[in-house]
Amino acid sequence: MEPAIETTGLVKSFGDARAVDGVDLQVARGSVYGVLGPNGAGKTTTIRMLATLLRPDGGSARVLGYDVVTEADAVRERISLTGQLASVDEELTGHENLVLLARLLGYKGKRAGGRAEELLTAFGLTEAAGRLVKHYSGGMRRRLDIAASIVVTPELMFLDEPTTGLDPRSRNQVWDIVRALVAQGTTVLLCTQYLDEADQLADRIAVIDHGRVIAEGTPGQLKASVGQNTLHVRLVEPGHRAEARRLLARGLDAPVQLEGDPAALSVSVADAERAAEALAELGREGVPVAGFSLGQPSLDEVFLALTGHAPTEEEIAA
Amino acid sequence: MSTVTDIPSAPVSEEALNAALASGQRPPRPSAASVCLTFGWRGMLKIKHVPEQLIDVTLTPVLFLVMFTYLFGGAVAGSTDDYLQFLLPGMLVQSVLFTAVYSGVTLNTDMTKGVVDRFRSLPVWRPAPLVGAVLGDAVRYGLAATVVVVLGLILGFEAKGGVVGVVAGVLLVVAFAFALSWVFTTVGLVLRSPSAVMNSGFMALFPLIFLSNIFVDPSTLPSVLETVVGVNPVSHLVTAVRGVMAGAASAGDIGLVLAEAVALTAVFAPVTARLYGAKG
Ligand SMILES: Nc1ncnc2c1ncn2[C@@H]1O[C@H](COP(=O)(O)OP(=O)(O)OP(=O)(O)O)[C@@H](O)[C@H]1O
Ligand SMILES: [Mg+2]
Repeated sequence: MEPAIETTGLVKSFGDARAVDGVDLQVARGSVYGVLGPNGAGKTTTIRMLATLLRPDGGSARVLGYDVVTEADAVRERISLTGQLASVDEELTGHENLVLLARLLGYKGKRAGGRAEELLTAFGLTEAAGRLVKHYSGGMRRRLDIAASIVVTPELMFLDEPTTGLDPRSRNQVWDIVRALVAQGTTVLLCTQYLDEADQLADRIAVIDHGRVIAEGTPGQLKASVGQNTLHVRLVEPGHRAEARRLLARGLDAPVQLEGDPAALSVSVADAERAAEALAELGREGVPVAGFSLGQPSLDEVFLALTGHAPTEEEIAA
Repeated sequence: MSTVTDIPSAPVSEEALNAALASGQRPPRPSAASVCLTFGWRGMLKIKHVPEQLIDVTLTPVLFLVMFTYLFGGAVAGSTDDYLQFLLPGMLVQSVLFTAVYSGVTLNTDMTKGVVDRFRSLPVWRPAPLVGAVLGDAVRYGLAATVVVVLGLILGFEAKGGVVGVVAGVLLVVAFAFALSWVFTTVGLVLRSPSAVMNSGFMALFPLIFLSNIFVDPSTLPSVLETVVGVNPVSHLVTAVRGVMAGAASAGDIGLVLAEAVALTAVFAPVTARLYGAKG
C-alpha cells in the first residue's frame, strides 16, 4: 500500500524567502508522524501544501496516493485539517459550527443536527453547544476544532500545533483524542514545537529548521542523538554560578550551559545516579541549590545537538 | 456579555468518542446548489447573532431619504412632495448599492480567520463559500430596499406601478447589487484590511451616485456632465427602477440593466473565485 504521505523535494517560497526548501517525507498509514520545529521553520507552510491550500513551487507531494496539485479534490475527500489558527467560526455557536460542517459534507436535514449532537457529547461540549465560540476557552475551542475535523472520520488528519497555549489538563485531553483517532485507524500528521508532545504521540519525527528536514527518526533515536536527559539546577545565589558550573562540569564530565535566568544552569547527564552525586557535591562545597529537575531534553537542546546552534532570534520571533 | 469562565466543560468521554468516530462514514457528496445554500445559511446565522450590523443598512437610508427630501426638495423640485416622487427610486438604488460594499468587507474579514482554511480543504464546489455569502448578502439588500420603500410610502410616495411595480423595482435593484457585490468581493480579496475595502468602496461609489440621475434631472446639467450621467450604469438602473415603479417601464431600460448585471457578474465572479482559490 502506498504511504499516507510521500513528498520529494517540496519547495515553497514567499518572495525571496524559501519557507519550505526541499522537504522529503514518508509517512506510513495508520501512524502518527510528528513534524517538530521552532517558529518559522516551515511547518504550517508544509501542512498547507499537503492539505491542498497552497500550491508547491517545486517538488511533488502525494497524499493517500493522490497528487496534491492534479488530484486535489480526491485528496480533499480523504483529509481534514485542524489549523494553527482555530479553524472554526467564532461568530457561530459550537452546535452551528458542527451542523454547518455536517451539511457541507453531505449530511441532510435532521441527520446534520444529530451528527452535531453526537460529536458535542463525545467532546464534552454539550452544555456549551449554544454559546458563541468566541466565548469558549482555548481548550474548548480546540476540542470543537477537532470535532469539526471528524464530522466525517478522515483517513488522514493534519493537526497544526494542537496544544500550543493550552493548560496541562486540556493538553492531555487533546492527546487522548489523538490517541483515540489513531486507534480507529486514522493517520495523523502532527506539527508541534514541543519535543515532549511529539514524544508522547508520534511514531516517527522529522525535525525541520529553515524549511529543511535536519533529522528524522523515532523519538528514541532523536533523544539518543541529543544525549540523554538534562539536569536543570537553580541556585539560591546567582553569584555562585561560576563555581557551580565548575563543580558540575567536573562531576558530570559534560559541558554546562548557562541559562537565561542568572541563577540557572543545565547539563546533559548520562545516568541519574551521577546527577545526584554532583548535586550533593554542590551542597558540600557550600553552593546552596534552590531547586533542580532532571528531564527530557527540550526542543532547544535537540536543536543545539543537531545544528550546533540554538534556534535563532528570528526563529523565535517569527 | 458572558465570559469564558462560566461555560461548563465536561471531560471527553472515551466511549462516546469512539462511537462518534465509528459512525463518521461519509455521506454522498452534496450538490453545488445545496452547498451554496448552506453557506448562505451561515451568513444568516451571523446576522442573527449580531443584529446590530443591520443598523447601518437600515438607518442610513432612513436618514438620507428624510434629509434629502426635506432639505433639498423645495429648492430642487419646488415642493418636497414632488421631489419625493422623483427621489425615492434613486434613494432605493443608493441605499442598496452602499450595502453591496459590505460583501467585500465581510469577505476580507473572513479571509483572516482560520475557518477559511477549513472551507478550502473541503471537497465542495470551490466557489461555493463566495456564492453562498453573496446570496446571503442579497437578504441584506432586500431588507435595505424594504426600509426605503416602506418609509417612502409613509412619507407620501405614490407608486403608480402598484405592488407589482414596487416589487419589480426592488428585485431589479437587488439583482444589480448582487452583480456589483462581485466587484467588491474582488476588492475585498485584493486589499489588506476591511477598512481599506470600505473606504475604497465608498470612494468609488460616491462619484457614481452623485454623477447620476438620482438627485437631479440630467437635462438641467451642463452638457459634459449630462453625457457622463448618461453613460453611468447607476443612471440606467435608476431610470429602469423609476420606470417600473411608475408602471411605465421600457423593456429596453430593463434589458440594459440586466445586461450590465450579467456583464459585471461574468467578469468579476470568476476573478473573485480565482483570487479566493489562489489565496495562500
Ligand atoms: N503567506 C505568507 N507570506 C509570506 N511569508 C510567509 C507566509 N506564510 C509563511 N511565511 C513565512 O514562511 C516561513 C515559514 O512559516 P511557517 O508558518 O510555515 O512556519 P511554522 O513552522 O509553522 O512556524 P510557527 O511555529 O510560528 O507556526 C516564515 O518565515 C514565515 O514568515
Ligand atoms: Mg505554524
